[in-house]
Amino acid sequence: MPGLGASLGRGGATDFLQALQHADCILIEGSNMAEAHPVGFRWVMKAKERGAKVIHVDPRFGRTSQLADLHVPIRAGTDIAFLGGLIRHVIESEAYFREYVVNYTNAPTILREDFQDTDDLGGVFSGFDPETATYDTTTWSYAGADGGTDGSEQTHSSQAADQHTGAGMDVGAAQRDDTLRHPRCVFQVLRRHFARYTPQMVQRVCGISPEEFAAVADALVQNSGRERTTTLCYAVGWTQHTAGVQVIRAASILQLLLGNIGRPGGGIMALRGHASIQGSTDIPTLFDILPGYLSMPHARAGGVSLQDHIDAGARQRGWWSYFDSYLVSLLKAWFGDAATADNEFGFGHLPKLTGNHAHFATMLRAIDGGLDGLFVMGQNPAVGSQHAGLQRRALASLKWLVVRDLSEIETATFWRDSPEIESGELRTQDIGTEVFLMPAAAHVEKEGTFTNTQRLLQWHDKALEPPGDARSELWFMHHLARRVRAHYAGSASKRDWPIRNLTWDYPEHGEIREPDAEAVAREINGYDVAGGAPLPDFTTLRSDGSTACGCWIYSGYFRDGVNQARRRDPGDIGAPGGWVSPEWGWAWPLNRRVLYNRASADPDGRPWSERKRYIWWDEQQSRWTGYDVPDFPVDKRPDYEASRDALAMEAISGDDPFIMMPDGRAWLFAPTGLLDGPLPTHYEPCESPLDNLIHPDFHMNPAAIKWQRPENPYHATGDPRYPIVATSFRLTEHHTAGAMSRNLPWLAELQPEMFAELDPALAADRGIEDGGWMIVETARGEIEARAKVTPRIRPLKIDGRVVHQICLPWHWGFTGEVRGDITNDLGALSGEPNVGIQESKAFSCDVRAGRRTRPSTAKLADARLDRPVRPDEDDPPAEYPSQIT
Amino acid sequence: MTTRAAPTEIAIHAPDAQRMGFFTDTTVCIGCKACEVACKQWNDLPADGSRFGRGSSYDHTGSLNASTWRHVRFVEIAEPTPQAREDAVQRLEAGGGGRVPDIPATGGGSGSGAGDLDLVAIASQRAAPPGAVDVAAAVAAMDEWVFMSDVCKHCTNAGCLDACPTGALIRTEFETVVLQADVCNGCGYCVPACPFGVVARDPDDGRAAKCTLCYDRLQDGLEPACAKSCPTDSIQFGPYDELVDLAARRVGELHARGMPDAYLYGASDDPDQELAGGLGAFFLLTQPPERYGLPAQADSPVQENVLPATTAAYGAALLAAAGAAAAFLGAARRSAGHGPLRFARRRAIRSWQR
Repeated sequence: MPGLGASLGRGGATDFLQALQHADCILIEGSNMAEAHPVGFRWVMKAKERGAKVIHVDPRFGRTSQLADLHVPIRAGTDIAFLGGLIRHVIESEAYFREYVVNYTNAPTILREDFQDTDDLGGVFSGFDPETATYDTTTWSYAGADGGTDGSEQTHSSQAADQHTGAGMDVGAAQRDDTLRHPRCVFQVLRRHFARYTPQMVQRVCGISPEEFAAVADALVQNSGRERTTTLCYAVGWTQHTAGVQVIRAASILQLLLGNIGRPGGGIMALRGHASIQGSTDIPTLFDILPGYLSMPHARAGGVSLQDHIDAGARQRGWWSYFDSYLVSLLKAWFGDAATADNEFGFGHLPKLTGNHAHFATMLRAIDGGLDGLFVMGQNPAVGSQHAGLQRRALASLKWLVVRDLSEIETATFWRDSPEIESGELRTQDIGTEVFLMPAAAHVEKEGTFTNTQRLLQWHDKALEPPGDARSELWFMHHLARRVRAHYAGSASKRDWPIRNLTWDYPEHGEIREPDAEAVAREINGYDVAGGAPLPDFTTLRSDGSTACGCWIYSGYFRDGVNQARRRDPGDIGAPGGWVSPEWGWAWPLNRRVLYNRASADPDGRPWSERKRYIWWDEQQSRWTGYDVPDFPVDKRPDYEASRDALAMEAISGDDPFIMMPDGRAWLFAPTGLLDGPLPTHYEPCESPLDNLIHPDFHMNPAAIKWQRPENPYHATGDPRYPIVATSFRLTEHHTAGAMSRNLPWLAELQPEMFAELDPALAADRGIEDGGWMIVETARGEIEARAKVTPRIRPLKIDGRVVHQICLPWHWGFTGEVRGDITNDLGALSGEPNVGIQESKAFSCDVRAGRRTRPSTAKLADARLDRPVRPDEDDPPAEYPSQIT
Repeated sequence: MTTRAAPTEIAIHAPDAQRMGFFTDTTVCIGCKACEVACKQWNDLPADGSRFGRGSSYDHTGSLNASTWRHVRFVEIAEPTPQAREDAVQRLEAGGGGRVPDIPATGGGSGSGAGDLDLVAIASQRAAPPGAVDVAAAVAAMDEWVFMSDVCKHCTNAGCLDACPTGALIRTEFETVVLQADVCNGCGYCVPACPFGVVARDPDDGRAAKCTLCYDRLQDGLEPACAKSCPTDSIQFGPYDELVDLAARRVGELHARGMPDAYLYGASDDPDQELAGGLGAFFLLTQPPERYGLPAQADSPVQENVLPATTAAYGAALLAAAGAAAAFLGAARRSAGHGPLRFARRRAIRSWQR
């Protein structure tokens, strides 16, 4: 989550759901929270009961909108234009929280003279190389500061936190102008950058009237400041765009200007999309980071030493100065006694990054015959991944495939019943993929933790034994690792060192030899290597090999040998601050519930107001105290002033609340860490019926990833064949790709059929009837859906023309109790530059009445490999846009 | 304490039991359907199919029935035609409540016919429907999307219980109405006797079934499954009297907050305005009841074919103990304070039917 990381320091929601009840205003955008997060939404309803204003900005009027005080329809994919408008409004009306902005953000910091903004260069920042479509970020730095992660070095996306918070950046010499008047200070750059984002421009781009815009702007301004706080809630409606990270950046800038970060009922709630998806980035299932958001080493000519990597990843100022302790302790946890100072603790045996090995790149490699096997666990790419038709063709190119799930999902049956089999493009007898379907235990049949959207770890015990051969993930990985290790036990090859020396001694119990989940948890928590005692927290980690820790940010969750995540004591909810319930589960880091909570007090350490009291400096005790664990060195006085040449945490002054950043301040302007710009800029979605009004020369994010291949055709901007904007959404009744809900009759009956929501005017124009059938078509495929014709979806008037939007749930597939066409058969592969996420929340399409007459992806049947798309009468050839249009 | 039940009713008495109920507040309902699923799971009710129909919005399971005891109803925004608006205004002004709702049970069939006539007949006896609304506002609200979680009302005057000839339907110690499946003979009299269309017969074995207010859970001191699963406490469970107080305060709060349309459906009415003598499961609504598919008026209907059984039961009760009639009237007044009216209305309808 580099959008939050590059702004604030950590890639996690800054607040927690229970804090929402204390918000005075809640803006939900890029999220359909009532439907996708119904349990968390109770706290929005509690806030509303307390008089908070709830605003929902979304293309579709859904259940969230119904419950909001105000719903503002927006054209999908134009969030930066809208947020940019709000940023401009806050600056120009001088409604920003000046004391907060001057002291806690980099607004006063002066930038280099050679930095050029999008206005200077017609839509790109300085450092853009059109040949490679990448940026050299040197000119984005602070004047006088140098170093920092060189974005141009990166050939792929990375989510490593140290890489987007200025690792290695020397900010000691940075200059500041606290009057905010210097023409090159961040504040003035910000003001100029967003000057174009007027309410009129917002109207022309987003389809939001100046009146609606003013209503939102007024609500935010009136509910921010010393006495009041506003929370922003977002989910994948903001992230799944080719400029997704910059949408989150825009939200961060807005919240920082309003002074809402680090305060109760403020902040930015990143609502995660699946159970424990936060946990799966904390202890990553991603290819490019190590546990705790530590960076993976890049392959380099001449090799990378441990010290090289520490020098690149650690920095001199702020919390990342402890990078070496975290990395070495991780290596000790993995390689145990074999990890010594002499062999760099085994660092040399870690895999090195050589390029993009994310999901899409890997599946394209499979299509090209470059991938033998694939494990698919807790995922259903044949339905749930973008361009699902391409995903299924990739599966058919493997030699073997392991699928672990609760039921026989489409990813395991594609070889006999996918649309490609139906169309004859693939024939079962020709598919060489050997599919192993392994039954998985459900959550009540295994023990472990969920890490939820607010970084909260909650342990759950096993209630039942899994049926038959179903096993937990832990069992599967444990016994797989055991067998792999046994296979390599006799190997003398240097390459096999990490397998031979991996510590793998988890105790087993019971008939099925289930590994002890708490033993894994203890390793994640960390322990003293000599005595084995659990570590109290990550401040005790050392870089000399005396401590081991599987994930530094989780250190403390087994403090004193007690499973802190098992706690379920809500405490005295009625007491002052009692609603924080610190003894319910355990939140990373250090059980903090609100991140950056030092910012809930003024520079002198006093609460900004009694009403928003949260963490404050207690002069008598000479320490920070309050309702939560202070996100600050507890004994650092608010008046401590770091000297310019101070290092490590000494360089963080007593009024620098953002301790992960090298300058202790939140970044309105990101001098380093992002690959597509230091400030958010509106670009159109990869596929859009409209031109980019703000920067006509650059239609889409110029640094975004596009795969120009025959099987991945894109629609050109304004292609008259695809005039309609489509976005996808989730229903409460189903879960993601449907494996867990379509197979459960009680849930399946609640939403039995795939449908599309569209406005009555479009329906009338195309002869589509409510409850009848309709077809949605793109260059990738065509799907049929039941039509839900409803005035809840409104056509927008955009720059003088009417733009229709359709909204598509994506829960159906070709197996299960209820079946339907696959929304993801419509989308193209595309990639946000920083994280590689696809643009599934805004693309162009067309609709017509009726049912499809051929399998959904038949039109791509001949588009394999180097064969060009064969034109036919009803499918004239698309003109594929070049990399940058 | 003894269960407050008409002497005609078969009732379970238990020390320290009190009337328990549901207060469903539609203003905090998020339409998640967790209640519908939790109910089916706890009560082991089958998925009984669904239909994607025109105008079905997000409601594909249709209505309460023998295997759907909680049902979340969605009414899609339907931009009314000028004619529809005009018709609705005229109907509302006529005092019958907007559109006469499609209530299968009132006529034992679906929708129109006798059921509608009954409603109109009852309406004619009343000055204004409960939750009387501003006509213009009601019409304006027709283009709003509504959702609400519906359930058996556990009426004080339970038509189903009155109609049941076998004693399958009983009044529990919690003053809820529970159908004992092992006693039910599938006669189906209860189905048209319910003014809300709640009770239905199982298409497989013919027996009737409906919400028990999780009688089994209540006996173990647990709250019903639907209330337990509700993420926003839209469904609240508790002692009936406390719930009514809480709900009345809630209406006051909403009025103070600028929501003058909020009203309780099935509680806190004037004695002679009560729906079925007061509903054990009552609702906070913001639009006319018809918008939610609820009748503006409801009481336990008395039909010729069930009267003898009921009369016999009354007679038996009256003979059973000295002073029983006075005791009955007293009990009825305590419970809802409208016993005589109820009798009077029954007589009136009976004479009209003869």
